[in-house]
Amino acid sequence: MSQHPTTYVPKSAFGRWFESRLPVAGLVHSSFVAFPVPRNLTYFWTFGAILAFMLVAQIVTGVFLAMYYTPNADLAFQSVEHIMRDVNYGWLIRYLHANGASMFFIAVYIHIFRNFYYGSYKAPREVLYILGVIIFILMMATAFMGYVLPWGQMSFWGATVITNLFSAIPLVGETIVSYLWGGYSVGNPTLNRFFSLHYLLPFMIAGVVALHIWALHVPGQNNPTGIPIKSGKDAVPFTPYATIKDIFAVVVFLIFFAYWVFYIPNYLGHADNYIPANPAVTPAHIVPEWYFLPFYAILRAIPDKLGGVIAMFAAIVIWVFMPWLDTSKVRSTAYRPLYKQFFWVFVGVCLVLGWLGSRPAEGWYVIASQICTVYYFAHFLIVLPVLGFVERPLPLPNSILESVMGVQKGGAGMPAGANAEPQSKG
Amino acid sequence: MAETTTHVAEPTRRDFLYIATGAAAAIGGATLVWPFVQSLAPDAATVAAGAPVEVDLAPIAEGQIVKVFWRGKLIFIRHRTPDEIKAAADVNVASLRDPQPDSARVKDGKAQWLVVYGNCTHLGCVPLGNSGEYNGWFCPCHGSVFDTSGRVRGGPAPINLPIPPYAFASDTKVIIGQEATA
Ligand code: HEM
Ligand code: FES
Repeated sequence: MSQHPTTYVPKSAFGRWFESRLPVAGLVHSSFVAFPVPRNLTYFWTFGAILAFMLVAQIVTGVFLAMYYTPNADLAFQSVEHIMRDVNYGWLIRYLHANGASMFFIAVYIHIFRNFYYGSYKAPREVLYILGVIIFILMMATAFMGYVLPWGQMSFWGATVITNLFSAIPLVGETIVSYLWGGYSVGNPTLNRFFSLHYLLPFMIAGVVALHIWALHVPGQNNPTGIPIKSGKDAVPFTPYATIKDIFAVVVFLIFFAYWVFYIPNYLGHADNYIPANPAVTPAHIVPEWYFLPFYAILRAIPDKLGGVIAMFAAIVIWVFMPWLDTSKVRSTAYRPLYKQFFWVFVGVCLVLGWLGSRPAEGWYVIASQICTVYYFAHFLIVLPVLGFVERPLPLPNSILESVMGVQKGGAGMPAGANAEPQSKG
Repeated sequence: MAETTTHVAEPTRRDFLYIATGAAAAIGGATLVWPFVQSLAPDAATVAAGAPVEVDLAPIAEGQIVKVFWRGKLIFIRHRTPDEIKAAADVNVASLRDPQPDSARVKDGKAQWLVVYGNCTHLGCVPLGNSGEYNGWFCPCHGSVFDTSGRVRGGPAPINLPIPPYAFASDTKVIIGQEATA
């Protein structure tokens, strides 16, 4: 098995006939069966599969919700209540969809920070990584527009605040905002177009995901050591090893997901969103969904409208430049003793920013947000570039195999037992 | 193709055709975008619904703020007390973020009536009346503070609450959405 077959040979006559006309089975075989996977991957590498599953889950539950939902400012709130009370299992489909969005973001944040830790954004995976950032931005847009659809108080005021971000653009800002609204304030035309886009964007995400996976299959997966596969001994075939592990991880994740759906389905939502939209009254605390909170904290940290908006968008766009801001040749943080500390500080700062985003914008919360915002950007603009020059990384193992099995006598040579393969794979 | 690009010689008639075709396609494509973008703008019905609205001021007691809508936008009508008027007038205009004297924000001889848009100029929340440091408005969203003239005095809001077009039809009636003709 260490020599994974590169050419797929159909077994049946029909298979051969079909394959010579549309070689899709060969594509699936080379991508998801024979594809070599580093043998040392941990469960952090199952989140890609979890994300793919969640995208499909959101599309399936969303298509069903769209059958019962009415995208009209006078009827939307009612129709969501109708889904909850009258439609058979409507409550389940809606709770799956609403909590599914949160699960999707939990998975994507783990996936992103996995990349940050193991340096997966570095060459040769820059394009793969940037496609990921694009997916994340599309996900944020999708989730934001989805949250507007129930047309509750949080829907309405969230939409008002976020669309007004564009009014910060000099000169054309006001015009852009009225084009987003289709009116002079958030209203029925806004709801209609958000519904249309909320339906569309997940399919665009699916398209970018295809490119993302395509780009992944050129260099192959990174792994906890950060060093590439050097021989067949470093890898195992995707099927059955990764397939089974991914399915197992999805099942565990579904148990976690189900806990939210069946026991605390409204925990991540806001009670105010069960009050119909009222353009004359803003809820006392308007707070976005939890997954936007760190960015929201950055927005509010800057005491200037345009500056805050720029900082918030920059906080995401700066990710795109990470492959070039990080000057270290070593990918995996496991071998970067200094960066490892900065990494965890950065994780802490992001979590604190998230918490601050949920607090009212007053007193020391604002000061703390400002300190964290400065640190957030310093991580990218100072820590990443400088550490590459001053840090002394730990010695890297010679191969993935060596990192798993320990250094074998006879140098880099393979022990006879290693050929028996992969029972040792965790 | 290969020939025209390798020999850097005279442009041929074919080059001209390529460029002309490309230009026509680019201009055609760009032109086609226009109607689609324009369709996003406020539509004819929304614009028509912007007809002026008449508001009777008689029932609005001193100190009270009422909310009305014009073109789907919230508007505050505030019946100011003499103290509030004085507070708004006694401000060093030059010290303001968006310097405007109170007299420029009300109609002559009608200083008790303040008519302003009701959405915070930061990101559009509805500020709470009779609150905040200057007892004007306080925006709960990100902490902008407005005085009794609706001028921004603190927080992230960049400008004062704007004044919609309006005119007094009589002492107790305003028409919002109509410029004063006098
Ligand atoms: C990337 C995938 C998606 C994400 C992250 C997402 C997110 C959301 C969120 C956060 C809500 C608000 C839930 C609530 O509080 O009630 C929502 C509502 C909704 N979504 Fe999605 N969605 C996705 C895909 C889809 C798709 C593909 C469709 C339709 C084909 C769809 C249709 C709807 C409908 C009809 C609603 C309104 C009903 C409701 O509020 O429960 N969604 N979505
Ligand atoms: S919307 Fe009023 S302070 Fe931000």
